[in-house]
Amino acid sequence: MSLTRQDVEKIAHLARLSITEQEMPVYVTSLSSIVDFVDELSRTDTSGVQPMAHPLDGQHQRLRADEVTESDSREKYQRNAPAVAAGLYVVPRVIE
Amino acid sequence: MSNWEVVIGLEIHAQLATKSKIFSGSPTAYGAPPNTQADLVDLAYPGVLPVLNARAVQMAVKFGLAVDATVASRSVFARKNYFYPDLPKGYQISQYELPVVARGTLKVMLDDGSVKTVGITRAHLEEDAGKSLHEGLAHATGIDLNRAGTPLLEIVSEPDMRSAKEAVAYMKKIHTLVRYLEICDGNMQEGSFRCDANVSVRPKGQEKFGTRAEIKNLNSFRFVEKAIHYEVARQVELIESGGKVVQETRLYDSDKDETRSMRSKEEANDYRYFPDPDLLPVVIDEMFIAAVRATLPELPDQKAARFAKDFALSAYDAGVLSASRELGAYFEAVIAGIGAGHAKLAANWVMGELSSALNRDNVDIENSKVNPRQLTGLLSRIVDETISGKIAKEVFEAMWSEGKAADAIIEAKGLRQITDSSAIEGVIDAVIAANPKQLADYRSGKDKLFGFFVGQVMKATGGKANPAQLNELLKTKLGGGGNA
Amino acid sequence: MLHNLFIGELAERLAKRQISSVELTRHFLSRIERLNPALNAFITLTAERALLDAAAADARLGSGERGPLLGIPLIHKDIFCTDGVKTSCGSRMLDNFVSPYDATVVARLKGAGTVMLGKSNMDEFAMGSSNETSYYGPVKNPWDISKVPGGSSGGSAAATAARLTPVATGTDTGGSIRQPAALTGVTGLKPTYGRVSRFGMIAFASSLDQAGVFARSASDAAAVLQAMAGFDPRDSTSVDVPVPDYSKDLGKPLKGLKIGLLREFFDGLETRNAALIEDALNIYTGLGAETREVSLPHLPLSVPTYYVVAPAECSSNLSRFDGVRFGHRCEEPKDLLDLYKRSRGEGFGAEVKRRIMTGTYVLSAGYFDAYYLKAQKARRMITDDFRAAFEKVDLVIGPTTPTPAFGIGAKMNDPVLMYLNDIYTIGANLAGLPGVSVPCGFVEGLPMGLQLIGPHFAEAKLLNAAHQYQQATDWHKHAPRGYE
Repeated sequence: MSLTRQDVEKIAHLARLSITEQEMPVYVTSLSSIVDFVDELSRTDTSGVQPMAHPLDGQHQRLRADEVTESDSREKYQRNAPAVAAGLYVVPRVIE
Repeated sequence: MSNWEVVIGLEIHAQLATKSKIFSGSPTAYGAPPNTQADLVDLAYPGVLPVLNARAVQMAVKFGLAVDATVASRSVFARKNYFYPDLPKGYQISQYELPVVARGTLKVMLDDGSVKTVGITRAHLEEDAGKSLHEGLAHATGIDLNRAGTPLLEIVSEPDMRSAKEAVAYMKKIHTLVRYLEICDGNMQEGSFRCDANVSVRPKGQEKFGTRAEIKNLNSFRFVEKAIHYEVARQVELIESGGKVVQETRLYDSDKDETRSMRSKEEANDYRYFPDPDLLPVVIDEMFIAAVRATLPELPDQKAARFAKDFALSAYDAGVLSASRELGAYFEAVIAGIGAGHAKLAANWVMGELSSALNRDNVDIENSKVNPRQLTGLLSRIVDETISGKIAKEVFEAMWSEGKAADAIIEAKGLRQITDSSAIEGVIDAVIAANPKQLADYRSGKDKLFGFFVGQVMKATGGKANPAQLNELLKTKLGGGGNA
Repeated sequence: MLHNLFIGELAERLAKRQISSVELTRHFLSRIERLNPALNAFITLTAERALLDAAAADARLGSGERGPLLGIPLIHKDIFCTDGVKTSCGSRMLDNFVSPYDATVVARLKGAGTVMLGKSNMDEFAMGSSNETSYYGPVKNPWDISKVPGGSSGGSAAATAARLTPVATGTDTGGSIRQPAALTGVTGLKPTYGRVSRFGMIAFASSLDQAGVFARSASDAAAVLQAMAGFDPRDSTSVDVPVPDYSKDLGKPLKGLKIGLLREFFDGLETRNAALIEDALNIYTGLGAETREVSLPHLPLSVPTYYVVAPAECSSNLSRFDGVRFGHRCEEPKDLLDLYKRSRGEGFGAEVKRRIMTGTYVLSAGYFDAYYLKAQKARRMITDDFRAAFEKVDLVIGPTTPTPAFGIGAKMNDPVLMYLNDIYTIGANLAGLPGVSVPCGFVEGLPMGLQLIGPHFAEAKLLNAAHQYQQATDWHKHAPRGYE
């Protein structure tokens, strides 16, 4: 089951990735071959099998005590920020 | 409109009142300077991982128990994937197929006194997003992630409501309940309690649901009601003019009193839910549930039933008095002082004068300027007839503004009721003497003038004549005529 | 030569003050300066910091403190966050990123007294089997610089093989420690999933990633694992199981050890590869182990399963790289969509974009059941096969890779061909099992690896089996020409 260009455009949009006109055919081909490759799974009989999300079957989530352990480190953490104003992370205007 | 039936389901997001966030140790306190309560985990720095807050789970379970829901012995966190600047990871950790709380119910009393049972489909845990701010930034938006990671309990109702009023009643009941349970402070201005309404219409008698629109982020009871009204009218008009309702997300504009489509969420979102591999399944055993059950307070319905029974109150009055734990506690403190025999008096005063004063001054009952002991003091003076009910209102106002006890005010203003029969008689005599025409008219059959004489005596005594005695004596003195 | 000594020997010399950590560090730093340019094994060198850390270690040694890693230099794969030091994950996306915190692994090794020489080159975001996808250029195999060292931990493997560091950390999601260890003739250990904390390790595929070790001997690997392993409350998938003494039983005789020959590994194995494995098996039987055939019938599904699960998880894990809070941002974004698309489009390389898109596809509406859910089921079937095998045998044995190191550029045009390099290693990741690769000979002058896989938490047994093999052979002592 190969992918079409429209498929790839839709996926790229969902994943917020810009793909140039040049790159597009290469991605269509490589993604198609990957999808064809993993299609082998569809031919496998997995009836009655429970999906496995973690290799640690039988382990369950640990709960932590409700305590404040972090304090203001804004200055340190915003050193890596591309655009900051008055302590806020700045992005192009978001229209709601 | 009479051909149409309205179907409403509400999704309520209640911020859980934990000290720290659901997956990180950052504080959840409201109002801090931007990004001072956002740690590496909240900021979705590379390499960080979530760890689950025990209290958030306890609070979710507490809610589940309070609505007689099934608490899942095994629930799973899932990633809801979408891009938005207030969502640092590019996904929200939520719950999808296996929520912590499954099917429950809630009994809601409507305005007309009838009780409607609303189904609760599920309640699940998830994390809140940050905030977008637009003021002061030209062509840009500023993101504050203090709120990102605050625990939310999303409570989803069945589409059981059939009118805006029912929806509001349900929302109020949930609001009361989460505050009773002390799992949420219910502060809608600060955003701790938010509501999305799913609204659709269908021709009366049709079984199939119509297409619904979702109205997001309604943060007051009033707005919920107005938004639903607008939306219903919009949908009906649309269908009746040949159009089709589109499944979409809409925002309510309170200034214009209308709903409109949300541009940024117009495209269908494929959230690609899958179990979060950084978190393991949450296992809740009987011991955990029992420990939470032991912390359940008397629930609003239970309290209301008890009030109605023990204090012979109407279902309505009992409902009002149990609308918050604090109000119920206040009421019970007054009863403790005045005695259950005067429950109706206490109820009337708490629901009446006290509540009016609280509303007028925009004050919570915890900050009431008249405390239960003081109110009891005032009510005792009505019971022992030191003052009349009417005078008591005056005294209450003075207590509220001056902060003094009832007795002090009664004394200072000389408001004691006059109960000395001869004194009252004296005044009656004087009034009768001063109003011969009215006396003659009364005696010739104008019964209504009885009230005139009552008024005159009250005026002359500064309102302090004991009403019952006044009535008796006046009847005797006026004699003849009337059937007063 | 210092760089050919094992950690135990280095520690002894340090303890006897025959050499200082500063001298040892200088020795490796000068080798790096001279020999690394041909290999491109490093992204960042931290020479100044290293000398400071070495001086601190010398002070500790001077005060009488002793420890197997005190004063020992090492390198960290650039996937581990290092406080105050650039952490790029081999990507343009993080080329400007200086981590504000240490990964747990880094902190623990720092606490044990290691001296960080620098951050090693790697496939971008750990996606690759040849270290050719790095933004910083390919790493060369010291055995033949026209060949790849394997990936994604190519830098750590090459540097260890070239004796530019005694040991190095790496990560293994589908074979990224074991495969490059095999291709460069060093020992590479992937622990059980959950044995080592993932906090601070930039996530690729959360349910598969594990931090591990490169060393030139099993005993060295044991010493490093000892410091790395253990429960971390900041990682919900970290297992709270006691850490045994990995060095204690290294020399335990192998008599009675049951080793399983995986039928699926040996089917169609290339002749010279098969011959090397045959020799290794003879060594093991000579040491008293018993071999028998076991079958994992669903193992052939492991590569397609992996290439659904890993991309799915990474497509979500990499959503946080959006140009908002850190990392690459495009110039003059015209709106939010442009900010996301161009920052991500420019920041990520082709293989990363391919995997993000594969992952997005398999999780998307309409495809989830056919791919993701199916893969999770296949994962369980593979895991169950391993479990059944381990009821009959203690360890499973086979080759680490199908071929020796291939030429740089040879497989870059065909992603699927590249993926098949992982055919022997992926199963252990899917099942969360520990695995080790040790050098077992040469094919056409290039090293080949022997892989041992054990049940959960069987690291001690694996290291014992690897160590005993290394006592009976000397493949692990061979150095590439020019790096002796």
